[in-house]
Amino acid sequence: MSELQTDTRVSIMNQMPEADVTARSALYFSQAATQPVFGPGQAQVFLWEDALRGQLVIRGDASNADFAKGVSSALDLALPGRLSSSASATMALLWIAPDEWLLLCDLEQAFAIETRLRDALTGHYAVINVSGGQTQIRLAGSAAASVLQKSMPYAVSDAHFPVGKVVTTALSKTQATVRRIDSTDWELTVRRSFADYAWRWLTDASREYGLHLGQPEHDET
Amino acid sequence: MFRIYCPYCGELREEEEFHPKGPAHLARPADPDNCTDEQWGDFLYFRDNPRGLHNELWVHALGCRKFFNVTRDTQTYLIKGSYRLGESPDQARTSGDQA
Amino acid sequence: MRQTNRLADGGRIDRSKPLTFSFNGRQYTGYEGDSLSSALIANGVNVIGRSFKYGRPRGIVAAGADEPNAIVQLGATEATQVPNVRATQQPLFDGLVSQPTSGWPSLKFDLLGFSGQVFGRALPPGFYYKTFMFPQTAWKFYEKHIRKAAGLGRSPTEPDVDEYDHLNQHTDVLVVGAGPAGLSAALTAARSGAHVILADEQAEMGGSLLSSRSRINGAEASQWVADTLQELAGMDNVLLLPNATVNGYHDHNFLTIHERRTDHLGDRAPENQTRQRMHRVRADWVVLATGAHERPLVYANNDLPGCMLASAVSTYIRRYAVIPGHSLVAMTTNDAGYQAAFDWQDAGRKVVALVDTRQAPTGDCVEEARRRGIRLLTGHAVIEAKGSTRVSAARVAPLSEDGQHLTGPAEKLACDTIASSGGWSPAVHLSCHTGGRPVWNDDVIGFVPGETLQRQSIAGAIAGTFDLAGCLEQGTQQGAEAARQAGYEAKPAALPTVEEPATGNAMALFCIPHEQRISRAPKQFVDFQNDVTAAAIELATREGFESIEHVKRYTALGFGTDQGKLGNINGMAIAAKSMNKTIAETGTTIFRPNYTPVTFGAIAGRHCDALFDPERHTAMHDWHVRHGALFENVGQWKRPWYYPKPGETMQQSLDRECLATRNGVGILDASTLGKIDIQGKDAREFIGRVYTNAWAKLAVGKCRYGLMCGEDGMVFDDGVTSCLGENHFLMTTTTGGAAHVLEWLELYHQTEWPELEVYMNTVTDHWATMTIAGPDSRKLLAELTDDIDLDKDSFKFMDWRQGTVAGVPARVFRISFTGELSYEINVPANYGLHVWEALFEKGERYNLTPYGTETMHILRAEKGFIIAGQDTDGSMHPYDLGLDWAVKEDKPYSFIGKRGMKREDCLRQDRKQLVGLKTKDPSIVLPEGAQAVDDPKQPVPMTMLGHVTSSYYSANLGRSIAMGVIRGGHQRSGDTVYYPLSDGRVVEAEITSTLFLDPKGERQNV
Repeated sequence: MSELQTDTRVSIMNQMPEADVTARSALYFSQAATQPVFGPGQAQVFLWEDALRGQLVIRGDASNADFAKGVSSALDLALPGRLSSSASATMALLWIAPDEWLLLCDLEQAFAIETRLRDALTGHYAVINVSGGQTQIRLAGSAAASVLQKSMPYAVSDAHFPVGKVVTTALSKTQATVRRIDSTDWELTVRRSFADYAWRWLTDASREYGLHLGQPEHDET
Repeated sequence: MFRIYCPYCGELREEEEFHPKGPAHLARPADPDNCTDEQWGDFLYFRDNPRGLHNELWVHALGCRKFFNVTRDTQTYLIKGSYRLGESPDQARTSGDQA
Repeated sequence: MRQTNRLADGGRIDRSKPLTFSFNGRQYTGYEGDSLSSALIANGVNVIGRSFKYGRPRGIVAAGADEPNAIVQLGATEATQVPNVRATQQPLFDGLVSQPTSGWPSLKFDLLGFSGQVFGRALPPGFYYKTFMFPQTAWKFYEKHIRKAAGLGRSPTEPDVDEYDHLNQHTDVLVVGAGPAGLSAALTAARSGAHVILADEQAEMGGSLLSSRSRINGAEASQWVADTLQELAGMDNVLLLPNATVNGYHDHNFLTIHERRTDHLGDRAPENQTRQRMHRVRADWVVLATGAHERPLVYANNDLPGCMLASAVSTYIRRYAVIPGHSLVAMTTNDAGYQAAFDWQDAGRKVVALVDTRQAPTGDCVEEARRRGIRLLTGHAVIEAKGSTRVSAARVAPLSEDGQHLTGPAEKLACDTIASSGGWSPAVHLSCHTGGRPVWNDDVIGFVPGETLQRQSIAGAIAGTFDLAGCLEQGTQQGAEAARQAGYEAKPAALPTVEEPATGNAMALFCIPHEQRISRAPKQFVDFQNDVTAAAIELATREGFESIEHVKRYTALGFGTDQGKLGNINGMAIAAKSMNKTIAETGTTIFRPNYTPVTFGAIAGRHCDALFDPERHTAMHDWHVRHGALFENVGQWKRPWYYPKPGETMQQSLDRECLATRNGVGILDASTLGKIDIQGKDAREFIGRVYTNAWAKLAVGKCRYGLMCGEDGMVFDDGVTSCLGENHFLMTTTTGGAAHVLEWLELYHQTEWPELEVYMNTVTDHWATMTIAGPDSRKLLAELTDDIDLDKDSFKFMDWRQGTVAGVPARVFRISFTGELSYEINVPANYGLHVWEALFEKGERYNLTPYGTETMHILRAEKGFIIAGQDTDGSMHPYDLGLDWAVKEDKPYSFIGKRGMKREDCLRQDRKQLVGLKTKDPSIVLPEGAQAVDDPKQPVPMTMLGHVTSSYYSANLGRSIAMGVIRGGHQRSGDTVYYPLSDGRVVEAEITSTLFLDPKGERQNV
C-alpha cells in the first residue's frame, strides 16, 4: 500500500482503504437516530450530511505569488481571498485564515490532489489531510437562515452574508465554517467529534419550521 | 458582550469568537537564563491595571486563530480599535484592512 | 360573581370572547384583551396579597411593569409553574390558573400578618442585617421563610415542558418602546430603508396612546397607532416585537429582548412553538423611548387596597373597560392626574373630589374640572387613607404653598378609591445598564438619562418630554438621526396634528405631611414590595447612612422584583429632605439588568438537557454504547469508563479488564488524545522550545515523550511526539488539554517566534486511535497487517511505522502507557469502527478485552506514569514529579519553563514531591485528596505534608496502590505517614517508589 513519496521531508499517505472496507461518516449513526418530522413538501428546513468528502487543509503565504499560482494551477481554482470561496463542479476552496484554506474534493481524489499540490508548491507551505476529522452538514430551505440565526452570532442577511461567502464562527457551543452556496442553501463544516452535537442542535432548532431530513425535492429529481 | 474588530478577517465580530490573552506587548525576556529571580518574577506575575486605555492581546479563537492587539478603555469598556502584532497602538482601527 | 366592575361599553377588549380563569382557587371570567389584573378588577377582587414585612393587605396599584403588589404564581400544572408574574403584564387566556404568592399561608389570615401586627415595631430598617444574620447557620432557615413571605413565588418541581430559544439579531436601529415617541421614531427610521426592530413589553403596541384622551389628526389617538403599525407591518425591513421586554442593555449596543411568544395563548405553548425567545440584538443605533412611570404620592396608609396610580385608573377604564371602585378621590401635583377623575366621571361613577396640591393651578384640565362640576380642592392633599381591607375614606387637609406643612384641619371624605399622581419618573433603567448615571432635572421633576457612551439617543417621556406633540416630534427627530447614524438618508416627514390640553406647571412634592411627624404618623409607604416606609428612610439617615446607595441597601428600598420602579424617586426625595440636601445632591441609585424578571427558560434557551454542553464522540462511540460501556466525561468527550458485564461490580469489571490486559491483550479507544500536525523546516526547533526535553536528534520513525511547562516552570501537559519526516511531527496532548495546547503553540509562534517556519493544525478528529496493550498485542496485530514488519528488533519500542491494518492505511506507534507491549493504531476516522471491529474479529482467540479510562488509570499508576491535571495541579515542576530525565537543561535555546523552574522557591528541598504510597493494610484504598501527616495524634489543625493524587486497587499486585505528594518526599522513601480521614479512621502508609510493577521496564521491551 505504501506509495512513493514525492517529498521525503514530510510523511504523506494515500489514505484510501481497500475496496471492502466500510466507511462511516461522522453523522452515520446520528442521522439514523433522528426522526424526520415533515415530508419534503411542507418542510421549510432541509438538513442532510454531505458525507465522506475529501478535505485538505492548505497552509501558505497568500502574498507569495508562487504559492497562489501553485495552488491555482494544481487545482484549476483561484485562491480565494478573505472570507470567500471558489468552486468548480467537483471542488470548493474555502478561505479560513490569511494563511489557511480548506479544499473540499472527492474523497478518492484527495491523495492525487495532495500530490499535485505538493508538486506545484515550493518553500514554506503545508498540506494536511483532514477528511476524517470534519464533515459537511447542509442546511437548506426558506427557514434555513432563521435556524442559523438561532445558532450563530454572525449576521446571515444577504448584505452581510452573500452567496459564496465563508465565515468561521461559533455554532452554538461549537465552531463551524459556514459557506453560503445559494440563497437558501448553506454548508456547515464541523469537527467530527462535535458533529453529533451540531446535528442535534440543528434538528432541534429547525423543528418549529418543519424539518425534512434530506435534500429538497427539486434536487432529487 | 464586546464587538471586536479582527484585523485579519477585516470585520467586527462578536466577543464569543475571541479569547482574551492578557496585556499586549509583554515580550519574553531575550535572555531568560541571565534574568534575576526578581526580573523573571516581574515578567511572570506583575501586570499593570490601568484605569483608561489598555492594550490587550486577543485571539480570534473561533475564527481565523490569529492573535492581535486591542486598545480598550477599562473604565467605559469602549474599544478604540485593533492592530496587528508588530504594529503600534496608534494604528488601532475598526475597519480598513484590505483583503 | 359576575364582572361587577365591567363597563358596558368601551375599552379594547373583545366582549364576544369570554375567558374563564382562576385566582386563589376561585373561578372568574374576563374577556380577550384583558390583562390578569384588569380581569381581577372587573370581578371586584381587591386584595391580591399581603405585604412582606407587616402582613398588610395589598391590592393592584398600577397597570404595567411598575406594579409592586399584584405579583402572582401562574400555572395550571406543576410543570408549568411560573413565579413572579406581574398580573398587570399577563394577558388573560382561557383556563389561566393563578395563585397569590405573598400572604402565605392564606390571604385572609396569615402568620406574618399576625406577627407583623404584634412585632411591627421590632422590624426596623436594616432588619435583614440586625435580625437574620446571626448566627450564620440560621440564615438557611430564615431565608426559606423570608422567600415564602416575600411574595417571591416558588419554582416548579417538575421539568418545564415548553421550549425556549435564542435568536441572534443584527439591526440598524432598535427602538425600545412603542408609545408615541417610539412609534414615530421607528416609522421615520424605517421609511429611510434602515432595518428596524421595534420592541414593546405590552401585548398591544401604542403605550400611553391606548388610553389617551388626546386626538391625533382629528381622530382617536389609537387610530394613529393602528395606521402607523399597519405601515410598519407592511415593510420587510421592520421587525415588530410585541410582548417583548428589552431587559438588558450591554456593552457596544448589545441588547437582549425577552419575547413572550405564547404566554398570552395558554398555560402551555402550542406544539412546535417556542414559548419564549431571547433576542440577542446587536444594534448600530438604539432609540430609547421607554416612557415614564407615574409616581404615587406618599401619604399615611397609602398601601390600602383602593389606593392606585391615577394613570392606572385611566388605563383600566379606557383600555380595559373596568373600573376599580365606585367613588373616587383623586390627588395630583400636576395636570395629568386630572384625567383619572374625568375618565371616572365619564364611566358614570362618582368623583368625590379632585385634590390638587397646587394653590392656584391653571390650564385646560383645571377649567374642564370646573366645567364638569367636580369638587376641586386646590392647595390640599390626601394626608391619610382610612379603611381595613379597602379604602373607606380619605382624610384631606389644606397644605402650605411649599407642600411641607398642613395649614388647617383635615376633612374626611368617604370613598373607596384614592388615585394619586406625583408626576412622572422617566424610565431611565436601560440607560443605566452600561454605566450611565441619570441626572436630576428640576423642570422635569425627575431623573433623566445622563450622557451615554453608547450609540444611542432618547425620545419622549424618558427625556422628560411629557406632552404628546413633543413626544411625536422628538420621536421623529431621533428616528431620523438613528437612520442617518446607521448610514441611511432620512426624509423628514410632516408631523401629525395633535389636540391635547394645555398644561400648567407641576409641583415637586413627594411625601405628604401628616398631623404627626413621619416617625409617629400611620405608615407612609414608599416601597410596597419591601415594606419600606418614609419613617424607615428617615431613620436610616439618622443612623448615619448618607450615601443613597447605602440608604438603599440598609432599608432594602428598591430591592424587590419591581426594582423600585414606583418608590425609588420618592425614597430618594425623602432621604434628601431628611439630610437637608437637594435630590440633585444626593443623586440616585442606578439600575442593572434585568428590567423585569426573566424566566430561566429564556436565559437557557436550547442550551439544556442533551444540548447543555457539547458531547464529543469518537468514531467508535456507537460500539461502546452497544457493548454496555459506562461513560466518563473527560472535557467534553464521552470516554468509555469501564465495560461492566452482567452482574459485575465496578471493581470486578476493573479487575477483569486489568488482568486481561496484563495477561493477554486489552484495547482502549484513545482517539480523544489531542493530536497536532506540525509541518515546516523549523518544526524541530519549535518543538525543542516548547518541550523541556531534547528533540534535536530524534530520527524519522521515532517517538519521544515530552513535558510541557509554563514560563513558571510548572508542568501543564505531556504527551508523545513522533517524527514523521525531517520537517514533520505529530504531537499528542492530553485529552482535556488539546485545545489549550494548540492555542499555546500558536501564541508563541505568532507573538514570540514568527520567524520560525512552521504550520500547526489539529488532526485530533481525523485519526481514530486504538491502543492494543498486553503480551498478545503483537500476535493480534500480526493477523491484521502484512506490510508492517512487527519483529521486535526492527519495530522497536518508541518506533512508529506506516502500513495497512485491516485494509486501512495506518500509522502504528509502538508506545505504551501501561508498561506492556503496546501498539497505538491510528487510522482515518471514517474507517475507525471498521478497524476496531476487525480487531475484535481476530481478537476473539486472544480474549481481546475492551478497557476504559479507569483501567487505563490503574495500569498506568502501576507503572508510576503521571496524568497531567490529576497528579499535577499547576504547582509542580518536572523535578517535583521525579521527571528529571525529561529536562534537558543544556539545550541552546532557553526553552519555556527552564528559567521558571530555577527560581529560588523551585529549588527548595522540602517542596511537595510525587512519591508512591503503599498502605500498611493492602486492602485499604486511600481516598484521593486525603492529606498526609507525620503524627496523627497532633492537635487540629494538623501540619499537613501533602495529598493523595491517584489511588486504586491493583488486581495485578493484589493490593492497593497510590501516588501522592509529600513535602521532601523524594528523600523520605521508606518513611511512614498517616492519613486521618473524615470518618475518623487513620490510614498508615509507607512512602515508596512510584514504580509498583516491573521497575526495569522489561514488559514493554519484548
